[in-house]
Amino acid sequence: MFKDITLGQYYPADSVLHKLDPRVKLFGTLIYIICLFSFKGPIGIAIILGFLAAVIILSKVPFKFMVKGLRGIVFLVIFAGLINLFMTNGDIIWEWKKLHITRQGLDNCILMTTRMVLLIVGSSVMTLTTTPNSLTDGLEKSMKPLNKIKIPVHDISMMMSIALRFIPILTEETEKIQKAQMARGAEFDGKNIIKKVKAMIPLLVPLFVSAFRRANDLALAMEARCYNGGEGRTKMHPLRYVKSDVVAYVILWIFLALVIAARILWVKVLA
Amino acid sequence: MPIIFDHVTYTYAPETAYKKVALNDVSFEVKEGEFLAVVGHTGSGKSTMVQHMNGLEKATEGHVYFHGQDIYDKDFDMKELRTRVGMVFQYPEHQLFETTVLADVCFGPLNQGLEKKEATARAYEALLMTGMKEEQFLLSPFELSGGQKRRVAIAGVLAMKPEVIILDEPTAGLDPKGRDDILDMLKEMHEKTGNTVVLVSHSMEDVATYADRMIVMNKGQVFCQGTPKEVFAHADELSKIGLGAPSVSLLMDDLKASGMNVETGAITVEEAKDAILKMLNKNV
Repeated sequence: MFKDITLGQYYPADSVLHKLDPRVKLFGTLIYIICLFSFKGPIGIAIILGFLAAVIILSKVPFKFMVKGLRGIVFLVIFAGLINLFMTNGDIIWEWKKLHITRQGLDNCILMTTRMVLLIVGSSVMTLTTTPNSLTDGLEKSMKPLNKIKIPVHDISMMMSIALRFIPILTEETEKIQKAQMARGAEFDGKNIIKKVKAMIPLLVPLFVSAFRRANDLALAMEARCYNGGEGRTKMHPLRYVKSDVVAYVILWIFLALVIAARILWVKVLA
Repeated sequence: MPIIFDHVTYTYAPETAYKKVALNDVSFEVKEGEFLAVVGHTGSGKSTMVQHMNGLEKATEGHVYFHGQDIYDKDFDMKELRTRVGMVFQYPEHQLFETTVLADVCFGPLNQGLEKKEATARAYEALLMTGMKEEQFLLSPFELSGGQKRRVAIAGVLAMKPEVIILDEPTAGLDPKGRDDILDMLKEMHEKTGNTVVLVSHSMEDVATYADRMIVMNKGQVFCQGTPKEVFAHADELSKIGLGAPSVSLLMDDLKASGMNVETGAITVEEAKDAILKMLNKNV
């Protein structure tokens, strides 16, 4: 029941991508998304697909894990596809009573669904190769300039890492509580909605009690080690760029340039 | 034979990067009315194994039989199995949720479909059996001490009147007095009702004192089984997998090695005392 949570779906492997600085991966994902929404024409999509394929092979993560993330949005993709297919005005190519498909609609539909699928697969490459902790580390460091406009970057990232850290703990705890209550004859798979909600009480009460207890313990442990915010705090593993990160940045810029060039070219061809 | 494990293998999180074989081809029997102890290191698979006994975990391969019926059969009533094979988990915090102790213990019997009155009567009986006092029945379970919470958790399962009761380290985190109280209470209940008791523990002393028979688990497999006396006779092999015989047996071995003419093989303090007295009397 709780095993399908995809957050923190890190897949441990020994690959170039796993070793990259999280900031590079964050930036790379941003570039990738920009490309996805700005490309035009067959050459553009070919470059993006090639890039994605290369990254997936480099990551050494089995392909089925990338596709796993798609399961959650299948409905959304189909829905968006259908809306685009039937609701766009333009040159009608098929008609049946009130329904009609236009050429522009068909184009939009294909474009939209490809974009969404590629978006999910691409961003799951990042989450699969980066531990949640180094991801927040990367975010903290990249967002540091925001400190100047009084945004508490460190506090936010600390909260994020604690929240992320607690997800597997609480998931495990929920499973244990569920088992303990099932051993006492509780049923969680009833059909009646009211019964279902009522059945959650024996699950939620112990879960909340333990979450508060854990939060309390953690706060105490942090205070015992003199935690007082990010001011002057150093890291055990500070983020430092190495050669491969620089190379990755260069590749990313080239990728972006190629996609933009392909777009300009395509617009010219059409004109 | 209430419960039979037939070549049970359990793989945790198959088809992911975190795949792990928790049980590997485990076969054994739980005998009617016995006090069985399951010992093993952390991560040896003992908790996972006992969770197969009432169908909380499903074996990836192999079968579990309850009174001759395969519990993985389609028409097998899992809910009834869970009321007949009761299970108390390590942390009572995982199951206490009601506003009063009594209401919490009633949860199991009510799930069995009993009337409120009957359930309350059973809860009363179970709480008294576990040594709780009547004036505590209407307290919030969260106000109780660790040992008392443990008792209420055990009562919550006893109130369902199971034939087999499984306890997963019921004494973890308790002080020595609390530990002895809980185990004495269990033994007394076992003798009075004739129920089958399965106790998961890593205290060799407890096992030696209370169990009729024991199963030693190591790396997801049954390492050996037999009466505590038989098993502890092989202290060397046990120490290889990081377990030891009870301290008194080791003490007796040391006495023997230092030249005293004592009988070794004692596994409880009582037996050791007798053996030492015997030796002293002979010498006098």
